[in-house]
Amino acid sequence: MADQAATCEAFAAELPRWIAKGDFQSLIDRLWELGYRVIGPTIIQSAIGYDELRRVDELPRGWTEQQSAGSYRLVQRSDGAWFGFNVGPHSWKRYLFPPQSVVARAERQGDWWQLHDVPDDEPAFAFLGVRACELAAIAIQDRVFLNEHHTDPTYQRRRERALLIAVNCTQAAPTCFCTSMGTGPQCSAGFDLAITETADGFTLEVGSERGAAVIEGLPIRQATADESAVAETERARAEEQISKRLDTTDIRNLLLGNLDHARWDDVARRCLSCTNCTLVCPTCFCHSVTDVTALDDGSIDRVRQWDSCFNAQFSYIHGGVIRADVRARYRQWLTHKLASWIDQFETSGCVGCGRCITWCPVGIDLTEEVAAIREVPS
Amino acid sequence: MSAQPRLAVFKFASCDGCQLSLLSLEDELLQLAARVDVVHFLEATSRIEPGPYDVALVEGSITTADDEQRIQQVRRDSKFLVTLGACATAGGIQALKNWSGSEAFVNAVYARPDYIRTLETSTAIADHVAVDFELRGCPINKYQLLEVLQSLLAGRRPRTPTHCVCVECKRRGTVCVTVAQGIACLGPVTQAGCGALCPAYDRGCYGCYGPSEQPNLVPLTDHLRAGGMKAEAIATALRSFNAYAPAFRQESDRLAAEVAERESTP
Ligand code: SF4
Ligand code: SF4
Ligand code: SF4
Ligand code: SF4
Repeated sequence: MADQAATCEAFAAELPRWIAKGDFQSLIDRLWELGYRVIGPTIIQSAIGYDELRRVDELPRGWTEQQSAGSYRLVQRSDGAWFGFNVGPHSWKRYLFPPQSVVARAERQGDWWQLHDVPDDEPAFAFLGVRACELAAIAIQDRVFLNEHHTDPTYQRRRERALLIAVNCTQAAPTCFCTSMGTGPQCSAGFDLAITETADGFTLEVGSERGAAVIEGLPIRQATADESAVAETERARAEEQISKRLDTTDIRNLLLGNLDHARWDDVARRCLSCTNCTLVCPTCFCHSVTDVTALDDGSIDRVRQWDSCFNAQFSYIHGGVIRADVRARYRQWLTHKLASWIDQFETSGCVGCGRCITWCPVGIDLTEEVAAIREVPS
Repeated sequence: MSAQPRLAVFKFASCDGCQLSLLSLEDELLQLAARVDVVHFLEATSRIEPGPYDVALVEGSITTADDEQRIQQVRRDSKFLVTLGACATAGGIQALKNWSGSEAFVNAVYARPDYIRTLETSTAIADHVAVDFELRGCPINKYQLLEVLQSLLAGRRPRTPTHCVCVECKRRGTVCVTVAQGIACLGPVTQAGCGALCPAYDRGCYGCYGPSEQPNLVPLTDHLRAGGMKAEAIATALRSFNAYAPAFRQESDRLAAEVAERESTP
């Protein structure tokens, strides 16, 4: 949020601090004592996802992943790093904008209905391990859910109370392209605290007053010049490793000016219209709302669920389905994400995290689709 | 006569698992019983009343000449006819005989094959009579059944999704088994309804709910083959509970034809 960005800058002038790995548990303990529900990276099934975290040994210490289009494999590291991986199948979206929630309830009162709000009772979240691209994604969802026209109460409550502890990337996956989207790999704004991992500990930057208050009294000292320099080298490695590029030059007009390009037919033959790319995307916000009646006819829950532009029924309006084939649906996703999003929210909808590339079951890569259109515009 | 809607349950060639879903609604069953009159449900009650019925729930596929006749009578007697499960909706696992003929199966399975009178095929209810709503699954999801009954009581359309299983995987936070473990999964072309059960337990989707809306089978099977899976194995995976559902049948036939052609080329 804007004020968060401003405070980050105010704190940026400060010298980084240092917390030893042996003391890191004290930070997690402090968060729980303060009433936060700490969510962070941990191994789930066969990947590094996000879940509740109470102890440092629940972090995927010593693990990393190999990502490519349509493939993700957990692999062990030789150096035992705690945050030596990039983004996985989950994003913070599932906590700020839950996959399913009851947004209102109606109860029958004789021959009329009383409509109620259903208050959200989640405790405040502390997100541990937010990457630069993810900070950018949260900032984009802020524009969607907290703009001057509409405010989503669930998102607002969760977002305002959430504490963001960012982690600077010290490596990049072959699917990462944050540098093309101007979102990473270094965390520059939007966090309460940001850490950079080195062998023995973390340099730590404070980004807000709330962040400063949280670490008050913990075993944290000023980082030495050497420690800061090592952290700087670690961060630089991420940037060097980024190999994927998306040329965003005039991308809005490129895509909207090529709505009949043959490449849309080509991708429609490969795409399963399975929704995975949209549901893993940290900025996609589409949802559907349905009223679910109780069996005794006495109450109705209004349920909101994640939905996707890849579902044919999602574009159903009276009389029929608007985007009736895969070509229309893939084109909708890509042109919205990279072009009309700019008109709508004054930002691209893509932060370059690469999730849609990795988690597409058939490995469709949006950067290749754009490149193909750019190569031979119609 | 009671003013409540009259509900009847009928069984054709099937395992009874879908009807049992109605009984396993335990918590909701009493509430449901207060709103409908169950007048024909052999698995649950000895009360057997003749039609007309407001709602007929039909389980099972058509595999005998007698059943071909019986389903006509059920249709005539019923205002709404709802099919339950893969057998009633696609012919079920028993539709495998549609490819190889009954005789071999009958001889392999029964001690006295001469006691058996059966049709050459196992077919869906909709191949014989008009069906008002098809509830998918092997077995069906009891909450979806409840939704269908509730919607009929409320006079609205049932809200059962037609999108694929992947949506449910992502909503529940399951890590994709195809991407993270290289496990073949029919989820991207299978209709949701189970809550993405198998991937949550590190198994690929078996396709219990049949083809999703506009399933794009070819790129999925192409991708599986590029990953090393044999066309025969993919065809076998498609030929299970919903083998005879048109989209699955067409793709397994296409793959099988390719295999046959390859084998016949010296
Ligand atoms: S896209 Fe950039 S910020 Fe995001 S995980 Fe990859 S390297 Fe880190
Ligand atoms: S479109 Fe793809 S790369 Fe861009 S933010 Fe969404 S998931 Fe990440
Ligand atoms: S691009 Fe990939 S993930 Fe997205 S709908 Fe198509 S097949 Fe599914
Ligand atoms: S595990 Fe199967 S159903 Fe789930 S997202 Fe992956 S491909 Fe889709």
